[in-house]
Amino acid sequence: MAVDRLSLEIPDRSITVLVGPSGCGKTTTLRMINRMVEPTEGTILIDGVDSRQQPVNILRRSMGYVIQNAGLFQHRTIIDNIATVPRLLGWSKDKSRARARELMERVGLDAALAKRYPYQLSGGQQQRVGVARALAADPPVLLMDEPFSAVDPVVRKGLQDELLRIQEELGKTIVFVTHDIDEAVKIGTMVAVLRTGGRLAQFAPPAELLSSPADAFVEDFLGADRGIRRLSFFSSAGLDLLTAPIVAVDATAEQIAARADAGAPYLLVTDVDGKPLGWSEPGRLTAGRIDRGQLLSHGRPFVAGQESLRAALDCAVLSPTGWAVAVDGEGRAAGVVSQQAIGEAIRGAHEDSVGPAKVLR
Amino acid sequence: MSGFFDIPSDLQHSWWGLIGLHLREALLPVLAGLLLALPLGQLCVRVRWLYAPVLWVTTVLYAIPSLAFFVVLIDYTGQTELTVMIPLTVYSLVVLVPAIVDAVRSVPQETLAAATAMGFGPVRRYLQVQLPIAVPAIIAGLRVATVSSISLVSVGTLIGNQGALGNLLHDATIYNRPELAWNAVITMAVLAMLADAVLVLVRVLLTPWMPSGAGRRTTPRTAGTRPVPAEPALKDAAR
Repeated sequence: MAVDRLSLEIPDRSITVLVGPSGCGKTTTLRMINRMVEPTEGTILIDGVDSRQQPVNILRRSMGYVIQNAGLFQHRTIIDNIATVPRLLGWSKDKSRARARELMERVGLDAALAKRYPYQLSGGQQQRVGVARALAADPPVLLMDEPFSAVDPVVRKGLQDELLRIQEELGKTIVFVTHDIDEAVKIGTMVAVLRTGGRLAQFAPPAELLSSPADAFVEDFLGADRGIRRLSFFSSAGLDLLTAPIVAVDATAEQIAARADAGAPYLLVTDVDGKPLGWSEPGRLTAGRIDRGQLLSHGRPFVAGQESLRAALDCAVLSPTGWAVAVDGEGRAAGVVSQQAIGEAIRGAHEDSVGPAKVLR
Repeated sequence: MSGFFDIPSDLQHSWWGLIGLHLREALLPVLAGLLLALPLGQLCVRVRWLYAPVLWVTTVLYAIPSLAFFVVLIDYTGQTELTVMIPLTVYSLVVLVPAIVDAVRSVPQETLAAATAMGFGPVRRYLQVQLPIAVPAIIAGLRVATVSSISLVSVGTLIGNQGALGNLLHDATIYNRPELAWNAVITMAVLAMLADAVLVLVRVLLTPWMPSGAGRRTTPRTAGTRPVPAEPALKDAAR
Protein backbone atom coordinates (compact mmCIF):
# COMPACT_ATOMS: atom_id res chain seq x y z
CA MET A 1 0.00 0.00 0.00
CA ALA A 2 1.46 3.32 -1.03
CA VAL A 3 -0.29 5.57 1.47
CA ASP A 4 -2.04 4.17 4.51
CA ARG A 5 -4.51 6.19 6.58
CA LEU A 6 -2.63 9.46 6.32
CA SER A 7 -4.39 12.30 8.05
CA LEU A 8 -3.02 15.76 7.56
CA GLU A 9 -4.42 19.24 7.88
CA ILE A 10 -2.68 21.57 5.48
CA PRO A 11 -2.71 25.19 6.64
CA ASP A 12 -3.97 27.91 4.32
CA ARG A 13 -1.61 30.39 2.65
CA SER A 14 1.58 28.69 3.74
CA ILE A 15 4.04 26.13 2.44
CA THR A 16 3.57 22.59 3.67
CA VAL A 17 6.40 20.27 2.73
CA LEU A 18 5.99 16.51 2.43
CA VAL A 19 9.40 14.94 2.87
CA GLY A 20 10.58 11.39 3.23
CA PRO A 21 12.72 8.67 1.66
CA SER A 22 11.85 7.47 -1.82
CA GLY A 23 8.87 5.17 -1.89
CA CYS A 24 7.29 6.78 1.15
CA GLY A 25 4.23 7.82 -0.83
CA LYS A 26 4.79 11.56 -0.82
CA THR A 27 4.14 11.96 -4.55
CA THR A 28 1.13 9.66 -4.28
CA THR A 29 -0.20 11.85 -1.48
CA LEU A 30 0.29 14.96 -3.60
CA ARG A 31 -1.43 13.35 -6.57
CA MET A 32 -4.39 12.40 -4.44
CA ILE A 33 -5.03 16.08 -3.81
CA ASN A 34 -5.75 16.74 -7.50
CA ARG A 35 -7.11 13.22 -7.99
CA MET A 36 -4.42 11.99 -10.35
CA VAL A 37 -4.46 9.12 -7.89
CA GLU A 38 -7.84 8.24 -6.43
CA PRO A 39 -7.77 7.14 -2.80
CA THR A 40 -9.38 3.75 -2.21
CA GLU A 41 -10.86 5.04 1.00
CA GLY A 42 -11.07 8.26 2.96
CA THR A 43 -11.79 11.78 1.80
CA ILE A 44 -9.88 14.87 0.86
CA LEU A 45 -11.56 18.08 1.89
CA ILE A 46 -10.64 21.37 0.27
CA ASP A 47 -12.06 24.30 2.23
CA GLY A 48 -14.34 21.77 3.85
CA VAL A 49 -15.69 20.41 0.54
CA ASP A 50 -15.03 16.86 -0.67
CA SER A 51 -12.71 17.08 -3.70
CA ARG A 52 -14.85 14.51 -5.52
CA GLN A 53 -17.82 16.85 -5.67
CA GLN A 54 -16.64 18.66 -8.77
CA PRO A 55 -15.58 17.31 -12.18
CA VAL A 56 -11.97 16.21 -12.08
CA ASN A 57 -10.68 18.55 -14.79
CA ILE A 58 -12.35 21.55 -13.17
CA LEU A 59 -10.67 20.62 -9.90
CA ARG A 60 -7.27 20.27 -11.58
CA ARG A 61 -7.54 23.60 -13.36
CA SER A 62 -8.03 25.24 -9.97
CA MET A 63 -4.71 23.88 -8.73
CA GLY A 64 -1.31 24.80 -10.11
CA TYR A 65 1.00 21.85 -10.60
CA VAL A 66 4.77 21.99 -10.92
CA ILE A 67 6.68 18.83 -11.70
CA GLN A 68 10.29 17.70 -11.74
CA ASN A 69 12.04 18.69 -15.00
CA ALA A 70 9.21 21.21 -15.47
CA GLY A 71 7.32 18.92 -17.88
CA LEU A 72 6.98 21.75 -20.35
CA PHE A 73 5.25 21.26 -23.68
CA GLN A 74 8.27 21.13 -25.95
CA HIS A 75 6.15 21.94 -29.01
CA ARG A 76 4.84 25.21 -27.64
CA THR A 77 6.55 28.53 -27.10
CA ILE A 78 7.26 29.69 -23.57
CA ILE A 79 4.40 32.14 -23.58
CA ASP A 80 1.93 29.54 -24.86
CA ASN A 81 3.16 27.07 -22.27
CA ILE A 82 2.37 29.56 -19.54
CA ALA A 83 -0.97 30.44 -21.10
CA THR A 84 -2.11 26.79 -21.14
CA VAL A 85 -4.53 26.75 -18.22
CA PRO A 86 -6.12 30.14 -19.00
CA ARG A 87 -6.74 28.81 -22.52
CA LEU A 88 -8.27 25.63 -21.08
CA LEU A 89 -10.49 27.85 -18.94
CA GLY A 90 -11.68 29.56 -22.10
CA TRP A 91 -9.89 32.90 -21.81
CA SER A 92 -9.22 34.66 -25.12
CA LYS A 93 -5.79 34.22 -26.69
CA ASP A 94 -4.85 37.86 -26.10
CA LYS A 95 -5.93 37.87 -22.48
CA SER A 96 -4.12 34.58 -21.81
CA ARG A 97 -0.92 35.84 -23.36
CA ALA A 98 -1.09 39.14 -21.53
CA ARG A 99 -1.43 37.18 -18.31
CA ALA A 100 1.48 34.94 -19.34
CA ARG A 101 3.70 37.98 -19.91
CA GLU A 102 2.79 39.31 -16.49
CA LEU A 103 3.82 35.99 -14.93
CA MET A 104 7.10 35.81 -16.82
CA GLU A 105 8.03 39.04 -15.12
CA ARG A 106 6.84 37.79 -11.74
CA VAL A 107 9.07 34.69 -11.85
CA GLY A 108 12.05 36.62 -13.17
CA LEU A 109 12.07 35.57 -16.82
CA ASP A 110 13.24 37.97 -19.50
CA ALA A 111 10.36 39.00 -21.78
CA ALA A 112 12.62 38.23 -24.76
CA LEU A 113 12.20 34.52 -24.00
CA ALA A 114 8.45 34.60 -24.73
CA LYS A 115 8.73 33.34 -28.30
CA ARG A 116 11.42 30.76 -27.60
CA TYR A 117 10.88 27.04 -27.28
CA PRO A 118 11.71 25.04 -24.14
CA TYR A 119 14.83 23.43 -25.61
CA GLN A 120 16.37 26.88 -25.95
CA LEU A 121 16.19 27.51 -22.18
CA SER A 122 18.44 26.36 -19.34
CA GLY A 123 17.13 23.92 -16.76
CA GLY A 124 16.65 26.69 -14.22
CA GLN A 125 14.76 28.86 -16.70
CA GLN A 126 12.56 25.92 -17.66
CA GLN A 127 11.69 25.40 -14.03
CA ARG A 128 10.72 29.06 -13.72
CA VAL A 129 8.44 28.61 -16.72
CA GLY A 130 6.97 25.60 -14.90
CA VAL A 131 6.18 27.77 -11.88
CA ALA A 132 4.77 30.56 -14.04
CA ARG A 133 2.57 28.06 -15.87
CA ALA A 134 1.23 26.73 -12.58
CA LEU A 135 0.40 30.26 -11.41
CA ALA A 136 -1.21 31.36 -14.67
CA ALA A 137 -4.85 31.03 -13.72
CA ASP A 138 -4.15 32.37 -10.22
CA PRO A 139 -5.12 29.13 -8.46
CA PRO A 140 -5.42 29.27 -4.67
CA VAL A 141 -3.54 25.97 -4.38
CA LEU A 142 -0.13 25.08 -5.78
CA LEU A 143 1.13 21.49 -5.86
CA MET A 144 4.86 21.10 -6.38
CA ASP A 145 6.39 17.67 -6.95
CA GLU A 146 10.17 17.78 -6.45
CA PRO A 147 10.23 20.86 -8.67
CA PHE A 148 13.87 21.77 -8.09
CA SER A 149 15.58 18.42 -7.74
CA ALA A 150 16.91 18.20 -11.30
CA VAL A 151 18.83 21.48 -11.32
CA ASP A 152 22.28 22.11 -9.92
CA PRO A 153 22.66 23.31 -6.31
CA VAL A 154 23.38 26.95 -7.15
CA VAL A 155 20.36 27.26 -9.44
CA ARG A 156 18.27 25.35 -6.92
CA LYS A 157 19.09 27.82 -4.16
CA GLY A 158 18.09 30.67 -6.48
CA LEU A 159 14.80 29.00 -7.31
CA GLN A 160 14.07 28.33 -3.64
CA ASP A 161 14.69 31.97 -2.74
CA GLU A 162 12.52 33.02 -5.65
CA LEU A 163 9.71 30.74 -4.51
CA LEU A 164 9.83 32.22 -1.00
CA ARG A 165 9.71 35.71 -2.46
CA ILE A 166 6.77 34.88 -4.73
CA GLN A 167 4.98 33.22 -1.84
CA GLU A 168 5.42 36.36 0.24
CA GLU A 169 3.70 38.34 -2.51
CA LEU A 170 0.95 35.87 -3.41
CA GLY A 171 0.24 33.85 -0.27
CA LYS A 172 -0.77 30.61 -1.98
CA THR A 173 -1.52 27.36 -0.21
CA ILE A 174 1.46 25.34 -1.38
CA VAL A 175 2.05 21.62 -0.94
CA PHE A 176 5.65 20.86 -1.78
CA VAL A 177 7.11 17.38 -2.14
CA THR A 178 10.85 16.78 -1.80
CA HIS A 179 13.25 14.10 -0.67
CA ASP A 180 15.76 16.76 0.39
CA ILE A 181 15.40 17.55 4.09
CA ASP A 182 17.48 20.72 3.72
CA GLU A 183 15.06 22.00 1.13
CA ALA A 184 12.14 21.05 3.38
CA VAL A 185 13.64 22.92 6.32
CA LYS A 186 14.41 25.97 4.21
CA ILE A 187 11.09 26.26 2.39
CA GLY A 188 8.49 24.82 4.74
CA THR A 189 6.24 26.65 7.11
CA MET A 190 5.23 23.18 8.22
CA VAL A 191 7.09 19.98 7.41
CA ALA A 192 5.48 16.54 7.30
CA VAL A 193 8.01 13.73 7.51
CA LEU A 194 6.59 10.55 6.00
CA ARG A 195 7.87 7.05 6.41
CA THR A 196 7.30 4.12 4.06
CA GLY A 197 3.63 3.43 3.53
CA GLY A 198 2.76 7.09 3.73
CA ARG A 199 2.62 7.00 7.52
CA LEU A 200 3.14 10.34 9.16
CA ALA A 201 6.26 10.33 11.33
CA GLN A 202 6.12 13.97 12.39
CA PHE A 203 4.29 17.13 11.39
CA ALA A 204 5.91 20.25 12.78
CA PRO A 205 7.49 23.58 11.90
CA PRO A 206 11.09 23.08 10.73
CA ALA A 207 12.74 24.55 13.84
CA GLU A 208 10.77 22.20 16.06
CA LEU A 209 11.59 19.29 13.78
CA LEU A 210 15.30 19.98 14.19
CA SER A 211 15.17 20.59 17.94
CA SER A 212 12.90 17.74 18.92
CA PRO A 213 12.54 14.95 16.36
CA ALA A 214 9.65 12.66 17.28
CA ASP A 215 11.55 9.40 17.01
CA ALA A 216 14.69 7.67 15.79
CA PHE A 217 13.43 7.54 12.18
CA VAL A 218 12.96 11.31 11.98
CA GLU A 219 16.24 11.92 13.75
CA ASP A 220 18.03 9.60 11.35
CA PHE A 221 16.36 11.23 8.37
CA LEU A 222 17.38 14.70 9.55
CA GLY A 223 21.01 13.61 9.37
CA ALA A 224 24.01 13.88 11.65
CA ASP A 225 24.40 17.66 11.67
CA ARG A 226 20.87 18.71 12.57
CA GLY A 227 22.30 20.65 15.52
CA ILE A 228 24.34 22.80 13.18
CA ARG A 229 21.47 23.18 10.73
CA ARG A 230 19.13 24.19 13.48
CA LEU A 231 21.37 27.20 14.05
CA SER A 232 20.01 28.69 10.84
CA PHE A 233 16.85 29.45 12.80
CA PHE A 234 18.66 31.58 15.39
CA SER A 235 19.40 35.19 14.55
CA SER A 236 22.92 36.54 14.89
CA ALA A 237 21.44 39.78 16.22
CA GLY A 238 22.17 38.85 19.82
CA LEU A 239 25.93 38.45 19.34
CA ASP A 240 28.18 40.87 21.22
CA LEU A 241 30.32 42.31 18.45
CA LEU A 242 33.66 43.85 19.42
CA THR A 243 34.62 46.92 17.45
CA ALA A 244 37.85 47.64 19.34
CA PRO A 245 40.10 45.14 17.46
CA ILE A 246 39.44 46.89 14.13
CA VAL A 247 41.98 49.25 12.60
CA ALA A 248 41.89 51.06 9.29
CA VAL A 249 44.67 50.48 6.80
CA ASP A 250 45.79 54.10 7.23
CA ALA A 251 45.87 53.96 11.08
CA THR A 252 48.58 55.78 13.00
CA ALA A 253 51.08 54.01 15.27
CA GLU A 254 49.20 55.29 18.34
CA GLN A 255 45.92 53.90 17.10
CA ILE A 256 47.50 50.52 16.48
CA ALA A 257 49.16 50.51 19.86
CA ALA A 258 45.94 51.57 21.58
CA ARG A 259 44.08 48.62 20.04
CA ALA A 260 46.81 46.06 20.55
CA ASP A 261 45.30 44.93 23.82
CA ALA A 262 41.69 45.50 22.93
CA GLY A 263 40.67 42.01 23.94
CA ALA A 264 41.56 40.05 20.84
CA PRO A 265 44.83 38.34 19.92
CA TYR A 266 44.52 39.71 16.37
CA LEU A 267 43.51 43.00 14.80
CA LEU A 268 41.21 43.22 11.80
CA VAL A 269 42.53 45.61 9.17
CA THR A 270 39.96 47.39 7.01
CA ASP A 271 40.35 49.60 3.98
CA VAL A 272 39.56 53.32 4.21
CA ASP A 273 35.86 52.60 3.52
CA GLY A 274 35.71 50.19 6.44
CA LYS A 275 35.60 47.01 4.38
CA PRO A 276 37.55 44.13 5.93
CA LEU A 277 40.92 43.26 4.38
CA GLY A 278 42.36 40.65 6.73
CA TRP A 279 43.73 39.78 10.15
CA SER A 280 47.14 40.53 11.59
CA GLU A 281 48.96 40.16 14.90
CA PRO A 282 49.28 43.62 16.43
CA GLY A 283 53.07 43.36 16.63
CA ARG A 284 53.39 42.81 12.90
CA LEU A 285 51.54 46.01 12.01
CA THR A 286 53.50 49.10 11.22
CA ALA A 287 51.68 52.38 10.80
CA GLY A 288 51.61 53.93 7.37
CA ARG A 289 52.81 50.94 5.43
CA ILE A 290 50.59 48.01 6.16
CA ASP A 291 51.38 45.30 3.65
CA ARG A 292 48.07 43.79 2.50
CA GLY A 293 49.82 40.67 1.32
CA GLN A 294 50.94 39.87 4.87
CA LEU A 295 47.37 39.81 6.24
CA LEU A 296 45.63 36.54 7.13
CA SER A 297 42.41 35.98 5.23
CA HIS A 298 39.19 36.74 7.09
CA GLY A 299 37.02 34.12 5.36
CA ARG A 300 33.48 34.92 4.33
CA PRO A 301 32.02 37.55 6.66
CA PHE A 302 28.40 37.29 7.87
CA VAL A 303 25.84 40.07 7.77
CA ALA A 304 25.20 41.08 11.37
CA GLY A 305 21.60 40.64 12.47
CA GLN A 306 20.43 39.42 9.06
CA GLU A 307 22.20 36.12 8.84
CA SER A 308 21.85 33.30 11.32
CA LEU A 309 24.13 31.97 14.02
CA ARG A 310 24.93 29.18 11.57
CA ALA A 311 26.51 31.69 9.19
CA ALA A 312 28.39 33.32 12.06
CA LEU A 313 29.74 30.00 13.32
CA ASP A 314 30.73 29.04 9.80
CA CYS A 315 32.73 32.27 9.45
CA ALA A 316 34.52 31.66 12.72
CA VAL A 317 35.34 28.07 11.82
CA LEU A 318 36.67 29.10 8.40
CA SER A 319 38.74 31.98 9.74
CA PRO A 320 42.36 31.07 10.50
CA THR A 321 42.19 33.22 13.63
CA GLY A 322 39.03 31.59 14.93
CA TRP A 323 37.24 34.93 14.91
CA ALA A 324 34.30 35.76 12.67
CA VAL A 325 33.91 39.11 10.94
CA ALA A 326 30.48 40.74 10.96
CA VAL A 327 29.64 43.25 8.25
CA ASP A 328 26.70 45.60 7.72
CA GLY A 329 24.47 45.63 4.65
CA GLU A 330 27.09 47.55 2.65
CA GLY A 331 29.91 45.14 3.48
CA ARG A 332 31.64 47.40 6.02
CA ALA A 333 33.07 45.70 9.08
CA ALA A 334 30.56 45.97 11.92
CA GLY A 335 32.57 44.08 14.49
CA VAL A 336 34.34 40.84 15.24
CA VAL A 337 33.31 37.94 17.41
CA SER A 338 35.15 34.87 18.69
CA GLN A 339 34.11 31.25 18.40
CA GLN A 340 33.74 31.24 22.14
CA ALA A 341 31.30 34.15 22.11
CA ILE A 342 29.31 32.45 19.35
CA GLY A 343 29.27 29.26 21.40
CA GLU A 344 27.79 31.15 24.34
CA ALA A 345 25.19 32.74 22.09
CA ILE A 346 24.23 29.28 20.83
CA ARG A 347 23.79 27.99 24.37
CA GLY A 348 21.69 31.04 25.16
CA ALA A 349 19.57 30.56 22.08
CA HIS A 350 18.93 26.92 22.94
CA GLU A 351 17.79 27.91 26.41
CA ASP A 352 15.53 30.60 24.95
CA SER A 353 14.03 28.22 22.44
CA VAL A 354 12.82 25.97 25.23
CA GLY A 355 10.80 28.96 26.32
CA PRO A 356 9.37 31.36 23.71
CA ALA A 357 11.55 30.75 20.68
CA LYS A 358 13.53 33.55 19.14
CA VAL A 359 13.55 32.28 15.66
CA LEU A 360 14.56 33.77 12.36
CA ARG A 361 11.94 34.31 9.61
CA MET B 1 10.73 6.10 -82.71
CA SER B 2 12.68 4.89 -79.76
CA GLY B 3 13.28 7.99 -77.61
CA PHE B 4 13.79 7.81 -73.90
CA PHE B 5 10.47 9.48 -73.21
CA ASP B 6 8.45 7.86 -76.01
CA ILE B 7 6.00 5.74 -74.11
CA PRO B 8 4.43 2.83 -76.04
CA SER B 9 0.78 3.50 -76.81
CA ASP B 10 -0.48 0.36 -75.08
CA LEU B 11 0.06 2.09 -71.75
CA GLN B 12 -2.41 4.86 -72.73
CA HIS B 13 -0.47 7.49 -70.82
CA SER B 14 2.26 10.02 -71.45
CA TRP B 15 5.38 9.94 -69.26
CA TRP B 16 3.88 12.63 -67.05
CA GLY B 17 0.63 10.71 -66.97
CA LEU B 18 2.46 7.64 -65.72
CA ILE B 19 4.14 9.70 -63.02
CA GLY B 20 0.77 11.01 -61.82
CA LEU B 21 -0.65 7.53 -61.81
CA HIS B 22 2.37 6.15 -60.01
CA LEU B 23 2.23 8.77 -57.27
CA ARG B 24 -1.48 8.18 -56.77
CA GLU B 25 -1.04 4.43 -56.49
CA ALA B 26 1.91 4.83 -54.13
CA LEU B 27 0.77 7.67 -51.87
CA LEU B 28 -2.91 6.89 -51.34
CA PRO B 29 -2.00 3.57 -49.65
CA VAL B 30 0.45 5.36 -47.35
CA LEU B 31 -2.25 7.86 -46.42
CA ALA B 32 -4.74 5.06 -45.82
CA GLY B 33 -2.09 3.21 -43.83
CA LEU B 34 -1.52 6.29 -41.67
CA LEU B 35 -5.25 6.67 -41.02
CA LEU B 36 -5.39 3.03 -39.94
CA ALA B 37 -2.15 3.09 -37.98
CA LEU B 38 -3.00 6.16 -35.87
CA PRO B 39 -5.94 4.59 -34.00
CA LEU B 40 -4.25 1.18 -34.05
CA GLY B 41 -1.07 2.66 -32.59
CA GLN B 42 -3.01 4.57 -29.94
CA LEU B 43 -4.82 1.36 -29.02
CA CYS B 44 -1.49 -0.43 -28.67
CA VAL B 45 -0.20 2.33 -26.40
CA ARG B 46 -3.29 2.22 -24.20
CA VAL B 47 -3.62 -1.58 -24.10
CA ARG B 48 -0.02 -2.62 -23.73
CA TRP B 49 -0.44 -6.34 -24.33
CA LEU B 50 -2.00 -5.68 -27.74
CA TYR B 51 1.19 -4.33 -29.22
CA ALA B 52 3.04 -7.65 -29.58
CA PRO B 53 0.19 -9.50 -31.37
CA VAL B 54 -0.57 -6.48 -33.59
CA LEU B 55 3.08 -6.26 -34.57
CA TRP B 56 3.11 -9.99 -35.25
CA VAL B 57 0.06 -9.74 -37.52
CA THR B 58 1.45 -6.80 -39.51
CA THR B 59 4.72 -8.65 -39.99
CA VAL B 60 3.00 -11.79 -41.20
CA LEU B 61 0.89 -9.76 -43.61
CA TYR B 62 4.04 -8.11 -44.88
CA ALA B 63 5.50 -11.55 -45.57
CA ILE B 64 2.64 -12.47 -47.90
CA PRO B 65 3.83 -11.99 -51.50
CA SER B 66 1.85 -9.36 -53.39
CA LEU B 67 1.03 -11.90 -56.09
CA ALA B 68 -0.84 -13.98 -53.51
CA PHE B 69 -2.76 -10.87 -52.45
CA PHE B 70 -3.67 -10.16 -56.06
CA VAL B 71 -4.96 -13.67 -56.64
CA VAL B 72 -7.32 -13.32 -53.70
CA LEU B 73 -8.35 -9.72 -54.33
CA ILE B 74 -8.88 -9.93 -58.05
CA ASP B 75 -12.14 -11.79 -57.50
CA TYR B 76 -13.51 -8.86 -55.57
CA THR B 77 -11.88 -5.74 -56.97
CA GLY B 78 -10.89 -6.85 -60.47
CA GLN B 79 -7.87 -5.68 -62.44
CA THR B 80 -8.00 -2.20 -60.94
CA GLU B 81 -5.74 0.19 -59.13
CA LEU B 82 -7.57 -0.72 -55.94
CA THR B 83 -6.22 -4.26 -56.19
CA VAL B 84 -2.71 -2.81 -56.13
CA MET B 85 -3.38 -0.26 -53.42
CA ILE B 86 -4.90 -2.63 -50.85
CA PRO B 87 -1.74 -4.74 -50.40
CA LEU B 88 0.39 -1.59 -50.36
CA THR B 89 -1.77 -0.20 -47.56
CA VAL B 90 -1.34 -3.41 -45.59
CA TYR B 91 2.42 -3.38 -46.19
CA SER B 92 2.75 0.21 -44.94
CA LEU B 93 1.37 -0.85 -41.56
CA VAL B 94 4.47 -2.85 -40.75
CA VAL B 95 6.43 0.41 -40.68
CA LEU B 96 3.78 2.85 -39.52
CA VAL B 97 2.33 1.01 -36.51
CA PRO B 98 5.64 0.64 -34.66
CA ALA B 99 6.65 4.16 -35.68
CA ILE B 100 3.48 5.60 -34.19
CA VAL B 101 3.64 3.46 -31.05
CA ASP B 102 7.26 4.49 -30.45
CA ALA B 103 6.46 8.10 -31.26
CA VAL B 104 3.58 8.32 -28.84
CA ARG B 105 5.50 6.45 -26.16
CA SER B 106 8.47 8.76 -26.57
CA VAL B 107 6.49 11.71 -25.20
CA PRO B 108 8.09 12.30 -21.77
CA GLN B 109 6.14 11.09 -18.76
CA GLU B 110 6.46 14.47 -17.04
CA THR B 111 4.88 16.18 -20.01
CA LEU B 112 1.90 13.83 -19.89
CA ALA B 113 1.60 14.10 -16.11
CA ALA B 114 1.77 17.89 -16.37
CA ALA B 115 -0.95 17.89 -19.03
CA THR B 116 -3.20 15.68 -16.93
CA ALA B 117 -2.55 17.76 -13.84
CA MET B 118 -3.49 20.94 -15.69
CA GLY B 119 -6.88 19.49 -16.53
CA PHE B 120 -6.51 18.14 -20.07
CA GLY B 121 -9.08 15.45 -20.86
CA PRO B 122 -7.78 12.31 -22.65
CA VAL B 123 -8.88 13.37 -26.15
CA ARG B 124 -7.56 16.89 -25.84
CA ARG B 125 -4.34 15.56 -24.38
CA TYR B 126 -3.90 13.20 -27.33
CA LEU B 127 -4.61 15.84 -29.96
CA GLN B 128 -2.86 18.81 -28.39
CA VAL B 129 0.07 17.22 -26.62
CA GLN B 130 0.90 13.66 -27.62
CA LEU B 131 0.30 13.86 -31.35
CA PRO B 132 2.20 17.11 -32.00
CA ILE B 133 5.19 15.88 -29.99
CA ALA B 134 5.06 12.57 -31.88
CA VAL B 135 5.16 14.28 -35.29
CA PRO B 136 8.91 13.90 -35.95
CA ALA B 137 8.90 10.15 -35.28
CA ILE B 138 5.67 9.64 -37.23
CA ILE B 139 7.15 11.43 -40.22
CA ALA B 140 10.29 9.31 -39.92
CA GLY B 141 8.03 6.27 -40.34
CA LEU B 142 6.14 7.90 -43.18
CA ARG B 143 9.39 8.46 -45.07
CA VAL B 144 10.27 4.78 -45.01
CA ALA B 145 6.72 3.75 -45.90
CA THR B 146 6.50 6.25 -48.77
CA VAL B 147 9.78 5.31 -50.39
CA SER B 148 9.05 1.60 -50.21
CA SER B 149 5.52 2.13 -51.51
CA ILE B 150 6.83 4.04 -54.54
CA SER B 151 9.05 1.15 -55.48
CA LEU B 152 6.39 -1.49 -54.75
CA VAL B 153 3.77 -0.01 -57.09
CA SER B 154 5.51 -1.57 -60.07
CA VAL B 155 4.30 -5.06 -59.13
CA GLY B 156 0.90 -3.91 -60.38
CA THR B 157 2.22 -4.76 -63.84
CA LEU B 158 1.32 -8.34 -63.03
CA ILE B 159 -2.41 -7.65 -63.07
CA GLY B 160 -2.91 -6.00 -66.40
CA ASN B 161 -0.77 -2.94 -66.53
CA GLN B 162 -1.70 -1.46 -63.15
CA GLY B 163 1.94 -0.85 -62.28
CA ALA B 164 2.19 2.74 -63.59
CA LEU B 165 5.91 3.37 -64.22
CA GLY B 166 6.48 -0.33 -63.54
CA ASN B 167 4.64 -1.13 -66.76
CA LEU B 168 7.60 0.30 -68.62
CA LEU B 169 9.69 -2.61 -67.36
CA HIS B 170 7.31 -5.05 -69.00
CA ASP B 171 7.21 -3.01 -72.23
CA ALA B 172 11.00 -2.83 -72.22
CA THR B 173 11.12 -6.61 -72.60
CA ILE B 174 8.28 -7.10 -75.08
CA TYR B 175 9.37 -4.23 -77.35
CA ASN B 176 13.07 -4.87 -76.73
CA ARG B 177 13.63 -1.26 -75.67
CA PRO B 178 16.02 -1.27 -72.68
CA GLU B 179 15.86 2.51 -72.39
CA LEU B 180 12.30 2.14 -71.14
CA ALA B 181 13.59 0.06 -68.24
CA TRP B 182 16.15 2.75 -67.47
CA ASN B 183 13.42 5.35 -67.64
CA ALA B 184 11.27 3.40 -65.16
CA VAL B 185 14.05 2.80 -62.67
CA ILE B 186 15.47 6.32 -62.75
CA THR B 187 12.08 8.02 -62.62
CA MET B 188 10.98 5.93 -59.65
CA ALA B 189 14.23 6.65 -57.83
CA VAL B 190 13.86 10.38 -58.43
CA LEU B 191 10.23 10.31 -57.32
CA ALA B 192 11.22 8.49 -54.14
CA MET B 193 13.89 11.05 -53.37
CA LEU B 194 11.57 13.98 -54.08
CA ALA B 195 8.79 12.52 -51.94
CA ASP B 196 11.29 11.97 -49.16
CA ALA B 197 12.52 15.56 -49.44
CA VAL B 198 8.95 16.85 -49.28
CA LEU B 199 8.35 14.90 -46.08
CA VAL B 200 11.52 16.31 -44.55
CA LEU B 201 10.30 19.78 -45.46
CA VAL B 202 6.91 19.08 -43.90
CA ARG B 203 8.63 17.94 -40.74
CA VAL B 204 10.74 21.07 -40.57
CA LEU B 205 7.68 23.26 -41.06
CA LEU B 206 5.63 21.37 -38.47
CA THR B 207 8.32 21.29 -35.80
CA PRO B 208 9.90 24.70 -35.30
CA TRP B 209 10.28 23.59 -31.69
CA MET B 210 12.89 20.97 -32.49
CA PRO B 211 16.58 21.68 -32.01
CA SER B 212 18.05 21.88 -35.50
CA GLY B 213 21.50 21.29 -36.91
CA ALA B 214 23.63 18.16 -36.96
CA GLY B 215 25.53 18.85 -33.76
CA ARG B 216 22.47 19.44 -31.64
CA ARG B 217 20.41 16.33 -31.81
CA THR B 218 20.25 16.06 -28.06
CA THR B 219 18.21 18.67 -26.31
CA PRO B 220 20.58 21.06 -24.56
CA ARG B 221 19.42 20.91 -20.95
CA THR B 222 21.69 22.35 -18.35
CA ALA B 223 20.28 19.86 -15.92
CA GLY B 224 21.56 17.12 -18.18
CA THR B 225 20.64 14.46 -15.67
CA ARG B 226 17.86 12.89 -17.63
CA PRO B 227 18.20 11.05 -20.92
CA VAL B 228 15.75 12.63 -23.30
CA PRO B 229 13.27 9.86 -24.11
CA ALA B 230 12.41 11.33 -27.49
CA GLU B 231 15.99 11.01 -28.63
CA PRO B 232 15.82 7.78 -30.64
CA ALA B 233 12.82 9.19 -32.44
CA LEU B 234 14.63 12.43 -33.15
CA LYS B 235 17.63 10.58 -34.47
CA ASP B 236 15.37 8.58 -36.67
CA ALA B 237 13.77 11.70 -38.01
CA ALA B 238 17.06 13.36 -38.68
CA ARG B 239 18.40 10.42 -40.57
